[in-house]
Order: sequence, then C-alpha cells, then structure tokens
Amino acid sequence: MIAWTIYITFAGVVLLLFLPRAFSRWLALLTTVAGLAISLIALCQTPIVDLAKFTTIVRIPWVPMLGMNYHLAVDGISLTMVLVTGIVAVSTVLFSWDIEHRQNEFFFWLLLVVAGSYGVFLSADLFLLFVFYELVIVPKYFLIAIFGSTNKEYGAMKLTLYSFFGGTLVFIGILAAYVTAGSLDLNQLAQFQFAPQLQLWAFPVLFLGFAVLAGVWPLHTWAPTGHVAAPTAGSMLLAGIVMKLGAYGGLRVAMNLFPQGFHAWSNWIAVLAVIGILYAAAVALRQSDLKFVIGYSSVSHMGFVLLGLASANALGVSGAVLQMFSHGVIAALLFAVAGRMLYRRTHTRELDALSGMNLSRALPFAAFTFVVASAASMGIPGFSGFAAEITILIGAWKTFPMAVWITGVGMVLVAAFTLRALKKSFFGEVLIQQGRAQVDSDWNEQQEISVAEKWGAGLLMFATLAVGLYPKLLLDRIMPAVEAMRFLK
Amino acid sequence: MSYLELLKLASPEASVVVTTLAVLAVGLTTERASAFCSAIATFGLAIAIGAVLILPQNATLFGGMLVITPLTSLFKIICLALALFTVFLACNDRSSRNPGEYLAMLLLATIGLMLLVGSEELLMIFIGLELTGLSLYVIAAFDKTDVRSAEAGLKYFLFGSTASAFTLFGISFIYGMSGTTSLAAIGQKLSSVPIQPLLAVGIVMTLIGFAFKIAAAPFHLWAPDAYQGAPVPSAAFIASGSKVASFVVLGKIVLVGFAPVHGSADWHAMVAGWSPVLAALAALSILVGNLVALAQTNVRRLLAYSAVAHSGYTLLGLVAGGRAGFSATLFYTTIYAITLVGAFGVVALVRRQTGGDDFQNFAGLSSRSPLLAGCMSIFILSLAGIPPLAGFFGKFYLFSVTLGAGGNHGLLWLVALALFGSLISLYYYLIVLKVIFVDEAATQTSVVEVDLLSRISVTMLALLVLVLGITPEVLAARILASLP
Repeated sequence: MIAWTIYITFAGVVLLLFLPRAFSRWLALLTTVAGLAISLIALCQTPIVDLAKFTTIVRIPWVPMLGMNYHLAVDGISLTMVLVTGIVAVSTVLFSWDIEHRQNEFFFWLLLVVAGSYGVFLSADLFLLFVFYELVIVPKYFLIAIFGSTNKEYGAMKLTLYSFFGGTLVFIGILAAYVTAGSLDLNQLAQFQFAPQLQLWAFPVLFLGFAVLAGVWPLHTWAPTGHVAAPTAGSMLLAGIVMKLGAYGGLRVAMNLFPQGFHAWSNWIAVLAVIGILYAAAVALRQSDLKFVIGYSSVSHMGFVLLGLASANALGVSGAVLQMFSHGVIAALLFAVAGRMLYRRTHTRELDALSGMNLSRALPFAAFTFVVASAASMGIPGFSGFAAEITILIGAWKTFPMAVWITGVGMVLVAAFTLRALKKSFFGEVLIQQGRAQVDSDWNEQQEISVAEKWGAGLLMFATLAVGLYPKLLLDRIMPAVEAMRFLK
Repeated sequence: MSYLELLKLASPEASVVVTTLAVLAVGLTTERASAFCSAIATFGLAIAIGAVLILPQNATLFGGMLVITPLTSLFKIICLALALFTVFLACNDRSSRNPGEYLAMLLLATIGLMLLVGSEELLMIFIGLELTGLSLYVIAAFDKTDVRSAEAGLKYFLFGSTASAFTLFGISFIYGMSGTTSLAAIGQKLSSVPIQPLLAVGIVMTLIGFAFKIAAAPFHLWAPDAYQGAPVPSAAFIASGSKVASFVVLGKIVLVGFAPVHGSADWHAMVAGWSPVLAALAALSILVGNLVALAQTNVRRLLAYSAVAHSGYTLLGLVAGGRAGFSATLFYTTIYAITLVGAFGVVALVRRQTGGDDFQNFAGLSSRSPLLAGCMSIFILSLAGIPPLAGFFGKFYLFSVTLGAGGNHGLLWLVALALFGSLISLYYYLIVLKVIFVDEAATQTSVVEVDLLSRISVTMLALLVLVLGITPEVLAARILASLP
C-alpha cells in the first residue's frame, strides 16, 4: 500500500513531461495529495506490531547476478518519515501555486525530489536506497539554479557538490559493506557480523557521508547558502525533507550496520552535534537576512537530531526521529513565511528593512503563522518541537549529561534568535499607521494571502500542533522500531 | 579446412568488405550520393549483424587467428551497431564532401575492429590495430576545409604510429621469449618463466600501444585535438568503437596471454606484474582527465578529457582481473561508448545549426530544442554516474568488483581515487548542464531544427542509456555469460 507513494509520484513526474502546462500545478497537487493520503491511510491501518520491525512490502529480484533486489520495507521510523514527506510535499506545491516561469519543469524537478525521498525512506536494499538517494540530488541543482534568487548558481553548485561529496563517502561505505558481506539486503546486513577493524573505518566514512546532508558541523555550510539561493519551494524541500534523508541514512544504514563502529565514535558525533547546535544558533543571532536566520536555525535543530542519535539509547534515538518529523514541518513553515508570504510581497528579506514595515498589521495571517512557527521552533510545550527535544535531552542525559548542560545554553540561544527575527520582521517599532501599511511599490500585485497559502500553512500548523499535543501518535510507532535495532543491544 | 568453410565463418567481415567496395563504387560514380551511400552502408552493416547472429557459437581457425566465441559475437555486434549509429551521424554531416570515400573508410575501420575483437593471436591483433588505425587517421583528417581537422588527423597519426611501433616491438619480445604468437600458448609458456627484464620490457611496450588506443594518461595527448578537430562522426567513432574493441583485446591479452604475470596492485602487497602498471595508468588517467577537464570551455574537448578519466575507471576492472573484473570492464566500456555516440550526436546537431561546439553554442538549448537538451542531459548524467542511468550501474559494478578483488580491500586506494575523481567530474558535467538549462540563449540563435533520422537515433540512444540503467541485467548478464 505505502509503496504506492513512490509509484504515484513517479507517475506524476512522467505525466508532467507530456501534459500541457495548464495541468501541471493541478497534477502536482493531485500527486502529492495522493501521496499524503496514502501515507495517512498506512498510518491508520498498519498494526503497530508490524511497525516494530522492518517489514517487507515488495521484494522482486532486480539484478540477481549482483544480488540486487527491488526491496521495499516499512517500520515505524520509515512511516514517520514518509508522513512528513507527504505533508511537506503538499504544502510545497501549495506555496508554489503562482509559479509561472517554466512551470512544467519546476514541478517536474520538485516531484522528482519528493519521489526519490519516498524511495529512500522505504528502501530495504542498500543499492536501491543509494539509487534513490542520489536521484534526489540532481533535481535540487536545477530547482535552485533555474528558479532561485540571491547568488543562485553559486548556492546551487555548492549544495550539489557537498551533497555529492557526502554521496561519495556513502558509496565507499556501501561498497565496503557489500563486498564484505556479499549482500545488499538491509535486514540481512543488519544480522551480519562485520569485523571490528572494518567497522572502525567504515562507520565514520558512511555516517559522515550521510551527515553532510543532515548539515553536520563543520560540513553544514552548504545549507544556509543553499536555503537562501533556493526558491521557497526549494528551501522547504531542502529543510523539510532532504536534510532528513541524511539523518535517516545515518540511522538506518551506518548505525544499524556497524554498531561497534558506532559505539566507538558516538562521543565524537555528540561533540559535533553540540558544536553545531551552539555555533549555528550563535551565527543565526547575527544574521540580517531572514532566510539566513532560518537556514542556520535548521542546522541548529538538526544538531539535536544528531545528539539524539549519538545518545545510543531508545529514548534519545526515538526523540531524534520525532525531531526529524517536527523540524521538517516547522522549517517548511518558517521558510514558507519568509520566502513566500513576506518576500513575494515586500521584495526584501532584510530584517532591518522589514522592521519598518509594520507587517503584523499589513499581513496578519502571515504574522500569525510566523508566531506559531517560531513558538514551535523555540520548543514551546504544545508544539512538536517541544515533544521531540525533551525526548532527545532525556535520552542524551543518560549518556552525555555534560552535553545536555551545554545544549541548554543552545536552547536559550535558539529562543533568542527566533524572538529577534520575529520581533524585527513583524513587530518592528514603527510609526503607528492606520489601516494597511504601504510595503513595497509592487505591493498591489498580490495583496491578500492567497487561499493556497492559507491551506499550505494550515496543514503544516495542524501537523506540528497535532504531534505536539499527542506525540504518542508517532512515538508509539517509532519506539518499538528503534528498540529492534541492533546497536541498542 | 576448405575455403568455403572459411568464407562462411568470416561472412560478417566479408559482407562488410563487399559493402565497402559497393559504397566506394557508388560514391565515385554517382552525383549527390550521400543518401544512397548511407543506405547501402546501413544495409551492409545490418546484414553483417545478421550474419554474426546465425553463425555457430564456437569455432577456431588457424590456431586462434580467427575465433568465434559468444564474447566475440557479442562485441562484433556492438561494434557494428556503433558503426551503424556513426553512419547515421555522418548522413547529414556537411564536412564529408565525398560521402562514398568517407563511409568506405569508416567501414574499413569497422572491419579492423571486428578482426581485433575476433582474434586471439598477436599478429592478427596487430593487423587489426593497424587497419583500424589507418582508416581512422584518414577520417579524422577528412574535413579538408578545416585546418583543425588536418591537425587532428596529423596528431592522431603521429602518436598512433609511434604507439604501434612500440606495440610491435613489445610483441616481438614476447614472441622471442615464448616462441608463439597465440595468446593461450603464450600464457602457458610464461607460467614457467620468472619475471625478467626482457619480459618486463615486452609487456610494458605492448601495453603502451593499447594505452594510446584507449587514451589513457600519459598517452592521451592526441585525444583532445582529435576529438575537437575531427569531423564529429569520426570523433564519435574514435571515441566509441575503437575504444570498445581495444578494451576487449587488451583484456584478452593481459588476462589470457599474460595471466601468469598478473602481479598485484594491493596497497599493502604490491607484486610486480602488469596489474600495477595498469593501476598506475588508471590512477594517472583519472587524475589528469578530471582535473584538466575542469578548465575546458569546448564541449568536445571536455568530452575528450573526460574520456581519459573514463579510460582510467574502465581499467580498474582489468586491474582487479578475473572473470568478474573483465565483465565489469566490458560492461562499462560498452555503456560508455553508447553514451558517447549519443553525446556526439547532439554535438553534431548543435554544431550544424550554430557553427560551433563551445559552451556558448549550447547556451539555452533547453528552450531551443527541449528534445536535444533532454537527451544531452541523459548522456551527461550517465557519464557523471547519476542513477538511474546506465553509467551509475556501470560504476557500481566496476567499483564493487574492484574492491572485492583479493578479498582484503587491497584496491581500496584505487576505488577511493576513482570515486573522488568522479566527484570532481560532477562539477564540469554540471557546468555543461547549467549552460544548457540555466543560461539564456544569445538573441540571434533560433530554434535548433532536428531532422527525423537524427531525432530518432539520438532519442533511441538516450532511451537505451535509461533502459540499460534500469534493467542492466539484460546486457551485464549476457557479457558475463559470454566469458569463459
């Protein structure tokens, strides 16, 4: 059932090439909504017991001579990631509703990223996983280089080369696992006893390769420039889905295949994670471009994911998975406000310029959305960010109490830069004006927040609230799947 | 052995010879013979493919001079198919003012390739090399209106003939040591001989000739000029057909003839033999090819340097050795040839419309001809090794076999070097795609018109690259099964 998310999205990709452009946005919406609907149905229908282990859905021999199978499987972790992909994909299409320039092509690349991401989250064959993983990278280049803004070609190239650098490391790790164990089946590999020596070098290579995409410090620099250069939809996809691919790969492949290597290196992962949280938050505090603030906040929040993974206990890792979901939704929401709701109307993202515009009166809906997103991002109880981060910190406390203390400072910094951005962008000290403020000469172009934007923002806000108020919905499915993984034993 | 039998077994070659003569005659006697000659050549090549298919699967003539095995049949078909696509490319090429002569030389080169592939005897291999080489020198210099074409031909000829001399010299040493020119017999003789200077000189000299043919660094210096200056169809054939056949023969020579002196290129246990030599060639080619390609602004020159790098990757399978390594090499080189003929096909069409093949001629191709832009991106991404295209599977196959060889990750250094080489290559491939998709076309350039034949052949090649990427088993299993 859930495998149809991949097929439907790829069908959408192919159809987009042949249908006239009048249909393209509707086709993209239809495709992504279908994907979301399928993952929701899967969430409701799949018994929780089945999600405790990586259960095969499809397994067809693909290249028997090399032991490759078209093999998909699902467990609680995959399901969570598929769900966030679906949610972010739908809202991304809604926030791209008024794209006119090379519309077919835009949705073609966009759906390709989504389809590849579904594929990564559901692959149970190492080769298949890597095929989908690499498939996601090239469309990002075109999304940013063709449709982006500020310094787009530089940002696109940097992001792509960093991603491929990570991909190269992953490739080496995968080859090492494959030629040693003679299998590409993730479930079989997870049973295989790799020699400790191999694990000691293969784990860091593989994990670091994936972590590049997750924005690990000091290989995070592609993220802020990439986010800023990307069109709104590109930033939403990048922060919402693509960064999760890296963290997911690190968990599903690197940690699960090489547990001894993981235990040997987990301290270092924690160190990098904590530096990432603090450093990115501190940098975000000094940015003048709203998108840079959000870009660095993404790096900071992904640091929590890495910290959770490094904690090496069920609670911390489950929290990390929940944080992947939570940050996917929240980052998409933040980028949607900054890139789409604000920038398209004010034509600036400079915080100082924005603070003089009295935007909370001019764009009340955008202000409301941004307040919600900021609250969720800061980790206010009731939103998903709180549920995820508290779980991570409790988990990490058991392993690295010192790291939790330092991270506490990081959370204050996160709150500080978020509030600063919020205040400057929407609640600047301006002369009180009656009625709507004159924001930009192009202001009249699109005065109202459109229906599509409202739906997109509503969907994301609903997701973060729903999971924040009832985290058990996902945690009940994530925890057993995490507990079944080998590195915990 | 009756002559009838010989003629029967050599019927694919014979039919190409007859076609060559027919094309030459028609070209000389008829005005405006382009279409007619192409039709005859196409027909002749199709017949030759048919002849290969209906011949028996196994035969050996004159102690290995002419051999038919599943491997030779498969690669004869591949070479003939590549020649066929080159004929389609040449069909509309304006540089060939004498289409009859041009196609005749092309077909002669094809015969040379078939002899190369279908022989396990050093003398015959040398004749094949020379026949291919001489014909290719001529078609590289065929555009008499373009000084670059003359330069390409001359450079190719000077480097090529020197390399042939080295090979012949090497072969004579090998013959002196073993007393035979048959590969299998050489293999048996060498197993009882320790490595000595004379043998080492013989092996290295033989390898130099092939390193030239496959454009491996540091014997690649002719490639950029030949690829850039020669008429596009000639360049396509030099880069594809000639390379495929050379890899088949090189593999046979080292894995059959020189099997006892394999040596080892493992980083912790280097043993003298030909595999460290090939490993050094591979490493150098990957570095030189990828790094120099970064600085190119001409698409054909860029493809030439990337060809050097790809030769390096392809050599990895031979360094690994064994049946799996050879089959990975053959798969990769076949995929590469198909991809490159396609890429040159697009270059030819762009060149015909815009008069050049620099980056600026490709600017904004996606709006001028979406079909060509789409096909070119498939070829380029396959060269870059992006899934789900054939080049990606080829790389995975090649690198996994290489890493698995010997069982102790001894060739990890080479695999890591190759992977980081292909990481570098992504930059310049992406630049080409950026030019096509992101840059704006200069205002005066209009829509690129593509005639039906070119449209079909380029699209077919692109689809082939895609299909072979999704179902690589079709070709890979066939190659593996054809190896003894």
